[in-house]
This record gives sequence, structure tokens and C-alpha cells, in this order.
Amino acid sequence: MIYKIGIDVGGTNTDAVILDEDNNVIESKKTPTTLDVETGIFNALEGVLSKTDINFHHIKSVMLGTTHATNAIIERKNLAKIAVLRICLPAGQSIEPMFSWDESLKEAVGNQYYLLHGGCEFDGRPLHQKGLIKEECVSVLNEIKETGIESIAITSIFSPVLEDYEKELADMAKEILGEDFPVSLSCEIGNLGLLERESSAALNASLVKVIKKVSYGLERSLERYGIQAKIFFAQNDGTLMSLNYAQKYPILTIGSGPTNSIRGAAYLSGLEDCIVCDIGGTSTDIGILVKGFPRQSSLAVDIESVRTNFRMPDIISIGIGGGSIVRVKEDGEVTVGPDSVGYNIMTESIAFGGDTLTATDCLLASGLVTIDSPTCDPNRLQSLNQKTVKKAISVITEKVSVSVDKIKTKNDPLPVVLVGGGSILIPGDIEGASKVIRPNYSDCANAIGAAIAQVSGEIDKIYSFEGRTREDVVAEAKEQVKQHTIEAGANSDTVEIIDFEEVPIAYLPSNVIRIKAKAAGELLKSTLEVTNV
Amino acid sequence: MTMWIGEQEIEDLAIGAALLGTGGGGDPYLGKLMVQKAIRKNGPIKMIDPTEVPDDELVIPTAMMGAPTIMVEKIPNGDESLKSLQLVEEQLGKKAYATMPIECGGLNSTIPFVVASELGIPVVDGDGMGRAFPELNMETFNIYGVNGTPMGLYNERGDKCLLTTLDNKMLEHISRGIAIRMGGACHIALYGMSGTDVRRTAIPNTISLCIKLGRAIRQAGEGKQDVIKAIEHITENSIYGKSVVLFQGKVVDVERRSTDGFVRGKAIVEGFDNFEGEELVVEFQNENLVAKVDDHTIAIVPDLISFLDLETGSPITTEGLRYGFRVTCIGIPTPDIMRSEKALQVWGPRDFGYDMEYQKIEEIYDTRREKV
Repeated sequence: MIYKIGIDVGGTNTDAVILDEDNNVIESKKTPTTLDVETGIFNALEGVLSKTDINFHHIKSVMLGTTHATNAIIERKNLAKIAVLRICLPAGQSIEPMFSWDESLKEAVGNQYYLLHGGCEFDGRPLHQKGLIKEECVSVLNEIKETGIESIAITSIFSPVLEDYEKELADMAKEILGEDFPVSLSCEIGNLGLLERESSAALNASLVKVIKKVSYGLERSLERYGIQAKIFFAQNDGTLMSLNYAQKYPILTIGSGPTNSIRGAAYLSGLEDCIVCDIGGTSTDIGILVKGFPRQSSLAVDIESVRTNFRMPDIISIGIGGGSIVRVKEDGEVTVGPDSVGYNIMTESIAFGGDTLTATDCLLASGLVTIDSPTCDPNRLQSLNQKTVKKAISVITEKVSVSVDKIKTKNDPLPVVLVGGGSILIPGDIEGASKVIRPNYSDCANAIGAAIAQVSGEIDKIYSFEGRTREDVVAEAKEQVKQHTIEAGANSDTVEIIDFEEVPIAYLPSNVIRIKAKAAGELLKSTLEVTNV
Repeated sequence: MTMWIGEQEIEDLAIGAALLGTGGGGDPYLGKLMVQKAIRKNGPIKMIDPTEVPDDELVIPTAMMGAPTIMVEKIPNGDESLKSLQLVEEQLGKKAYATMPIECGGLNSTIPFVVASELGIPVVDGDGMGRAFPELNMETFNIYGVNGTPMGLYNERGDKCLLTTLDNKMLEHISRGIAIRMGGACHIALYGMSGTDVRRTAIPNTISLCIKLGRAIRQAGEGKQDVIKAIEHITENSIYGKSVVLFQGKVVDVERRSTDGFVRGKAIVEGFDNFEGEELVVEFQNENLVAKVDDHTIAIVPDLISFLDLETGSPITTEGLRYGFRVTCIGIPTPDIMRSEKALQVWGPRDFGYDMEYQKIEEIYDTRREKV
């Protein structure tokens, strides 16, 4: 039997789990997240490893979902000095790279950029000429070499249609700046929308040092236990990337937390199509799983004032949690949240001897649920008006039901999986749910989500029907996306298209269509056996 | 009245333009950034009332045409619209006194501000669509007899084209083909006209209206006021009429298909509160065109039909509309200048393939209310 470890670093807790090769949970541990993150990871690892008697040599992989990248951007810490190279001339001069970024973030990464000739039209015709102007690129790269830039981001107009220009420049960069110099290509990160894709690539370039530090820390921790495992990072879309790939594309780790939680919860419930409702102390996150993957948001995502076209899981957050404060207005109306006593629920809520009426108090007072804790005494709630209790419960149920319904794409009822410490708030059914499931081990669903993740590939391109049928175009797109997935390390027998979308292009009467597609598959076993020395 | 447009006004304009875009018109985000950059460089931009343009002075409207999806990838250099305006100036042998939007809904509400800032000329507070429409002949300028050409087309490479056509229908037809060959999007200047013609044919004060609406929606988002009431109040005091709440409910289905550059389809909304038990269907072709409740038509193009997020009041485009959204569907009566017999021959329901007569939104609304 071989084993794997899943670790998820959240805002509050760092969780670790050990799973066997059939994805059965062997052990789990929850520890507080620490400021430096590394210590928290180490504590969680130690917690889970000390509980088990399995042979550490049989642990072959470690999957990590982490907030390092987000923290680094928010705190402007450990960011690399970057240069952004935009291949766009004779177009693309109106808004320069990083234009809309916050000044302090621009400063932290150096705000250096160059515009170069090249790029193409939506149908692949060159904007300037076929290929780059060599002398122009060489002079820019030499200047970069001299100014102490640590990492570069390259973007080119319509690179999701034709990657050649970005790749050609990347090759020249290798020659001049060195084989190991970090180069981020926008075509490998983002979708159509130049400014957003460029910003994603630039943020990525600024994160290369951060992710090196994380992987170093994790490798050191594993060494202490004599674990020789392959390290993977969880991505925002619920799939994995290798350590190598993560070092190239650290930005893809952003947003992996909620994704892992949704996937882990669904795994525990054995469902592939369902809604997951993660009720915490302060808020409830609701997401939807389609064919085993969280549906992604179609909206632009802001990371610290930077608009990216990064695809994040579509999550609805509402201000309802176990610690939500319940108030009765003068007219008798009862409100729940959005403020909460949060992690102080064990001291501040009435049932625990405090004096703040919380959502948890109302559920306890109704007699619908009980909490097995020595400090919890429902008798403290006897003076509570049952009308208030009933109203509060109906407000909670209503708010959760509305959000559950909002996240659906069709009217048909779907099963709802309830996880999180606050899930006692919903003791009964949810409107629009075919059934409500409350799985075991649900408190470390996110670490499990990281451990069970698959590998994926994606495309977003504009295709022309000129001279061929729609079927040909669709077949070509599907083949391309499957190939991407296999290149990412998937077992080709398990690769499946998980998302395929034809997007019409408005105000453009011609035979073109934009196709967004994604495929995923099981991690190839041989990828793991390589480390099996 | 002269108004100075700074960064905050442009933020608000972008929101208001999304509302008057009636679901289409393209995301004003890129245009907004371009104007903000121009303002940082050249200072606030002067916007004048149509009455402030001297009779014989020349106003040349500017815009982008083609697919906004293309423009957000192949972003402009920023001087294309200006260059297209200069093409028209050269041909007419006269300098422009001001520029003006051809369309106040969506992305095109912002483009003339970039031109104005660079040239140091004002923007006229008005436009020729009063909302968003898909074709360049759908302009009050065309309806009331302004020749759209000479028209200048310019792309980021510097390819340019000066177009002269016999009528404005042909202007639309030929220029659309050129825009595609120019890479799917280009910048244009057209409908050059005198101050007298501006006052005769333009829909006045639509840009300041967008800014007011955008500000109201922003402030409502900050919890300062009720967005529906604010929109009612603002539209009632404009040349449009008082907005009406057509429907409130939950989107239960959105159907889209693409043909000939149009995203056609419909959205179905299930009513709640006052609309419990009723069903709204809104049909769109890039923009929202017809609204029906239980098969009774309640609003028809050119009157404005827009979706707002029920809670925040933010406008929702047809592209962004999805199952489960809680929405308010509001209707805004168009100004009389857009409802004349001549105007309805250009953008009445029949021009979008509907076999029905146009009926004023406020009249349908009153009849419906009487029945209730």
C-alpha cells in the first residue's frame, strides 16, 4: 500500500490528512495557521504523522494547498523585481502594463516594462510581421540583464490564438538571461483579455521567490521524517501541478482553498454533481460541483486591486455562521448576522456562559440540536422567547436556501452536502435540495480535497470555420485540450473533457467562434513511481 | 451647461452607460481606463451642452466599431479615434469644434473623451442612439437627415479608409466589412455636422444622464439610497420618462445562440413579491428588445429594458445574465425624438424582425395597472 498526504493552509487553520491509495482517510489533524505559514505546516504534519504507524517510506506524494502567494501580494513581501514585456506594436500602446495597479504594489515589483513589435489578429494573421524583430528583443533583454531584474513576464496580442511570439521571446530570454531565469508566459496562465492576462502573468512573475521558499520549507520538513515524496501544489481549479510547474506558475495556487474544500466535501459524500455548503463561524461559502469540479466564475477576479482574468471557483459567501449575532428589532423583526462573535463563540454566546445571542444559541434553544461540550449548558437559554428562536431559524434557513438556489444553473433539485463547524445551523431540509448529506471527516474536507485532486489542461481560443465544418473545429479543440492534460501528467486513459463552452462573439458577423474547454484526468501512477527508488 | 469630467465622473459614466446599454454595447472598462489615463495626463475634460455649440461650427462624433471582445485583446494605441476624426476634418477642410458620442450605452460612451482630451476640444453632452444599438444607421443623426459620410476608419496599424456612400444604410454595410478586414474592430469618425444640426438631431444630455444614473447606483451600493427610487427620480427629470419597474424575480433560464454577429436569445424570469406566479420573458439581440409577461408584451424596442441586480442595483449585461440571479427588470421610456414615425422605421420592432407594432412603455404600464 502507498500513501499520500494532503495539506491545506487556510486563513484560520492548517489541516493535514493521510490517505491510502484508494483514498481512504487514515489520519487527520487540524492546527492553527501561523503567521510564517511554514510553522503551521510543520505542526500539522507532525500532528498527523505522530498519530499513525504506517511506514513513512510508503508515503509517495504530498499535495499542498496554500495561501502563501495571496499573502505575499497582500503584504507586498518577498516579491521579485520584474519586467513586463508586451509584444503588441504597432498596437497596444494606450494602456501600459500595470496601469491600474495600486501604487505600492507597482513599487514593490519595480514597475518596469517594454513594448515590442509582434503579435497577431484574432485569426492568426501577423499584426506587424511574421516573427519578432531580433535586434529589438536582444537590446531589451540585455537592458534587463543589467538592471537587476529577477523575473520577467511576457505577453503578446492574441497569444491564446497563437503562442509563437511569446515562445520565441522566451527562447531568446533563455539565451541571454540564462536557462534558469524565471520567465512567465501569459498564454500559459490566462485567457482572452490582454490587460487581465498580462496582469496575471506579471503577478506570477513577482511570486517566483515566494514559492521557492515554500517548497524548500516543505522539503526540509519531509526530510526530517525521512519521507521521500513527490510534492504537488493544488490549483484554483481543483487540479494539481508538479513542484516544477508550481515554481513556474505560482499564481495558480491562489484560490485553491475554497476549491479543495468543495471537492473534499463532495468526495466524502461520494457525489460528483452536488452543491456544497461550508458553514463556518462567521460566514457560509456555497459552491457547486459539476462532474467532480467546482464551477468557475465567469466574472473578472480582482486580486488586491489588480483585475485578472483568472478563473476562480464560483462561490457565494453569506454572512451566516455559528457565531452570527441575533438581534430583535423594535418592530419584532429578527436579524441574523452579518457580524459574528467568530472564534469566541465558546465564551461569548449565551449557552457557553457569555451574553451575546448567537445563531448557535437559537438552534440549541429550539431543542433541534445538542452540543456535547462541558461548557455548553442549554438551560441558560430558558428565558429566550421561542418566537424569536423560530424567526431566527427561519431567517437562517431562508438565507442559505436562497443562496443554494442562486448557485444552481437549472431548476432541478440537487443534493446538498453540509460541512463545517456551523453546519448544525441547518438541522433539517433545504428548499431546492433533493437531499441533505452530512459526511464524516467533514472538518478536514479541504486537506482531503488537496489529496484527491486530479491534473488538468485548458484552452481558450478563437477558431475560424473558414473552409471546414463546425464538427472539425470542435474535434480539433477537444484533441488540443486533452493533449494539454496529458502533458500536465495525466494518465491518457482517464482524461475526460470536463468543461466545453462555445462562446458567441457579439458585433462580429463572420465565421469565428471562441471555444473554452478543459479536461482532467488521474495522475499517472508512473509519475509517482519515478521517486520510488 | 458646461461640466468638467474627472476620474470619478468617468467611473460613474461607465456604470450609467451599462444601464443605458440595455444589456449590450460592450463593457466600458477599457474605455474608462483610457479616459482616466488621458485625464491624469491632460486634466479634466470639458463637456458642453448642445446649446453651447455655435451654429456653423463643426462637430465630429467618434466611436469604435466591431467586436468589443477583439478590442480588449488587441488594445488600441489611444490615438486611432483622433486619427479617424482628422481624416474627416481633412476631407471637409474644417477643424472640429467638438466631438460627441454616437452611442451613450456601453463602451462607446467613453471613446470621444479620449479624443477630446488629446485635442483639447470639448465633448458635446448628447448622442444619436439614446441607448445601445447594433448598427451605425440606427442614429437620430441619420433619421433626421445628417449624412454619415465622409466617414473615417482607422486601425492601430495605421491602415485608414475614407468612406463616402450615397446613404447611411450603405455606410453601415460597407464599413462593417472594412472593420472585419481591419481585424474585427476599428475606430471611426462619422456624421460630421454643424452646431445647428446637433441641436436639431442629437438626443441631448444623455451623457450627463449616464453620469447621474451611475452615481446613484454607486451611492445605492454604499447604502445611501434606494436605487430604484433614485433612477425613477433621475429619469423623470430628464427627456426620457419616469422609469418603471417591469418585473422582479429570479432568472430561471437563459438561452443564447450566435448568428451573423448577433447574440440572440431570451431570458426567463420567475416572479416574486408583487409578481408572484407570473413569468417574464425578455428577448435580446445583443441588446434587450422585447419584454413579455405571461405572453403580454410590456415593453418594446426602442424603449429601454434593463436588468439590475436586485440587491446592489448594478446593471447586468445579457452576457453576464445567469440562472439564479435575483433581478429587477426596469423599463425607461425613450425621448420623443426617438419615437417619431421616421425613427420607428429605423429601430422599431419590425427592424429587428418582430411582427408587432410599437407601443409606448408607459401606456402599456398604465393599462396594466388599471387592470390590477
